[in-house]
Amino acid sequence: MVESKHKWKAWLYLAPAIVLLLIFTVWPIFNTVHVAFQEGYNELSLIGGESTKYGFGNFVDVVKYPGFVTALKNTLLLCVLTVPISTILALVIAVCLNSIKPLSRFLQTIYFLPYVTNSIAIGMVFAAMFNIVGSNIGGEAELITTSGIINNVIEFFGGEPVNWINSGSSYWANITVMVVYIVWNALPFKILILLGGLQSVNKQYYDAAKVDGTSRFRVFTKITVPLLSPMLAYVVITGFIGGFKEYSSIVGIFGDDMGHSGNREMDTMVGYIQDNIDRWQGRASAAALILFGIIFIVTMINLYVSKKKTHY
Amino acid sequence: MKIVLQNLTKIFPGRNKKIKEEVVAVSDFTFEIPDGKLVGLLGPSGCGKSTTLYMISGLQKPTGGKIFFGDDDVTRLSAENRGVGLVFQNYALYPHMTVKQNILFPLQNLKGKDKLKKEVMIERAYTAAKLVQIDNLMDRKPSELSGGQQQRVAIARALVKMPKVLLLDEPLSNLDARLRLQTREEIRRIQKETGITTIFVTHDQEEAMSISDLIVVMKLGVVQQVGAPQEVYDNPTNLFVAKFLGTPPINVFEGKVEGEKLYIGDAAVLDVPGVSDQPVTVGIRPEGFEIDPNGPFVCNLQNVEIMGRDVSVVSTNEASLNPVIRSIVNSDNKIEMGETVTFSLKSHKVFLFSKEDESRIYF
Ligand SMILES: Nc1ncnc2c1ncn2[C@@H]1O[C@H](COP(=O)(O)OP(=O)(O)O)[C@@H](O)[C@H]1O
Ligand SMILES: [Mg+2]
Repeated sequence: MVESKHKWKAWLYLAPAIVLLLIFTVWPIFNTVHVAFQEGYNELSLIGGESTKYGFGNFVDVVKYPGFVTALKNTLLLCVLTVPISTILALVIAVCLNSIKPLSRFLQTIYFLPYVTNSIAIGMVFAAMFNIVGSNIGGEAELITTSGIINNVIEFFGGEPVNWINSGSSYWANITVMVVYIVWNALPFKILILLGGLQSVNKQYYDAAKVDGTSRFRVFTKITVPLLSPMLAYVVITGFIGGFKEYSSIVGIFGDDMGHSGNREMDTMVGYIQDNIDRWQGRASAAALILFGIIFIVTMINLYVSKKKTHY
Repeated sequence: MKIVLQNLTKIFPGRNKKIKEEVVAVSDFTFEIPDGKLVGLLGPSGCGKSTTLYMISGLQKPTGGKIFFGDDDVTRLSAENRGVGLVFQNYALYPHMTVKQNILFPLQNLKGKDKLKKEVMIERAYTAAKLVQIDNLMDRKPSELSGGQQQRVAIARALVKMPKVLLLDEPLSNLDARLRLQTREEIRRIQKETGITTIFVTHDQEEAMSISDLIVVMKLGVVQQVGAPQEVYDNPTNLFVAKFLGTPPINVFEGKVEGEKLYIGDAAVLDVPGVSDQPVTVGIRPEGFEIDPNGPFVCNLQNVEIMGRDVSVVSTNEASLNPVIRSIVNSDNKIEMGETVTFSLKSHKVFLFSKEDESRIYF
């Protein structure tokens, strides 16, 4: 026990952190809730313009707005596609990495690169890879010539080049690029966590399985995956939370217009909030609370399922 | 099924590749384990017992030598295909499975013509569980079991596929003393009931002596002696084996042989016909002493502990290499609590060892 006369010292040591948390975390949360329920709160209210009354007006405005519905749909779609794909890929890669001894140091550096690289920069590289040059130069009949490496590869194997992200590209082509990009970007962290989990699994379980005559596939499904389930649950939950906050990756590829057409057709929840934060703070706050609610519910579901499925 | 080990050797490469500091874990191990016997593999920690067991199970590849199951050479066969039952030192029960799932697991691995019907598997799982008396715990997870119960589950899991060979790696080392006693009897009973050729690894000599048909004593990867427990106890081939077996341990003295008489200190304590004059190390089992006022061997009496039927006499002697001499004598003997105690020795409980290589000198 800390003696009570020393208590003030403890508080003193904690003070800097507490002050910073109050300013940058606690106060914004209260403020967001406060603003979200002030109907019609906007940039004028900020400087003490019109007085507003409390109510659900901002929430109604937000959900009625078609752009928000698009953003919500995009966000959900990206989550539902990228979380399972990246988790399964990360699991396979982690298991492979774990079984390769000689190059493990080198490989660990390689797979960790995306994690330490700025996501906007990665986005720009991806944009270049999926790019098409000359697609809308000249008339319709003009051959599409490409410089993006992805299309070069497709053409090399005799396929038709695809307009991935440029003007005139389809929604699903855009989504495909986003999924590839987000999955790639999400892999290092997931691999790191799963590899850590794998390395902490007692080797004797594998020895026991060998003596019991277990096939490799059964070892993977019946031993590796269950023993890794706490880490898998963690990776899925944080994956969903990250997925719901997807924003900078879209900016990296499509710019802050959130799409090639200027109609924000690739908008996300956070994109919508960013778009409104300068003028319609009430709506932005309401959207932020809606996003919080969704993340909260999904995380609860995740936790509930993982409690039932993980062995701890 | 008999198991034959032929010049079995395992060398682990040193961590540092530049300086060659290999570890010879098992060296030139040749031994035939008769069908249906329980063999105790005995030796201090780090002497290569586990390595031997892992080589027999197929988890580790020998550096040299051969392993036969019956007449089949299994040296190159992988662990998956050897079909031995192995109980690990820490049991290695799958923590996410119930007891039942753990026991069923080896059966569910069977493929092709060996594949079993679900009811047959469950029946066999229950049979194995009954054998080790855990059939009432089938729905628990390993974390909900005591050490002794976990150990039984591990044995049931090893037995359920009806292996021809059962390997146990220090299975009792995690149990408390009372449970250890009880469980080792149980292992003996199960082994007798099933008739499976069994190798039981332990560093506890009492454990090995009490349940094995044969014991193998190892030291630094080299087999020292093989034989029935009593035989090895009564006839150790070297000082290491003599010291390793027996509680309380054997008493060791500096001595010398002169004119076919054994001297400890200045006293000629025993006739040793046929032994040439030389300095020797003398080992005397605690039960090799007899209180005899006219005896030749005088020691300084320290105290007397009465343990029911027997009396343990603790004394000291200048020539003793142990701090004290422990002798166990019948309580019918009257022990005068004086300064000294005088013994005569039973010659079949006295062993002489060469000063040079600690090997036995017979007389
Ligand atoms: N994987 C390994 N790599 C290097 N040395 C090992 C390895 N396994 C065991 N050894 C060494 O081999 C010797 C015998 O080990 P082990 O068979 O585990 O002994 P025991 O089971 O009798 O205690 C020890 O010196 C140990 O350090
Ligand atoms: Mg061992």
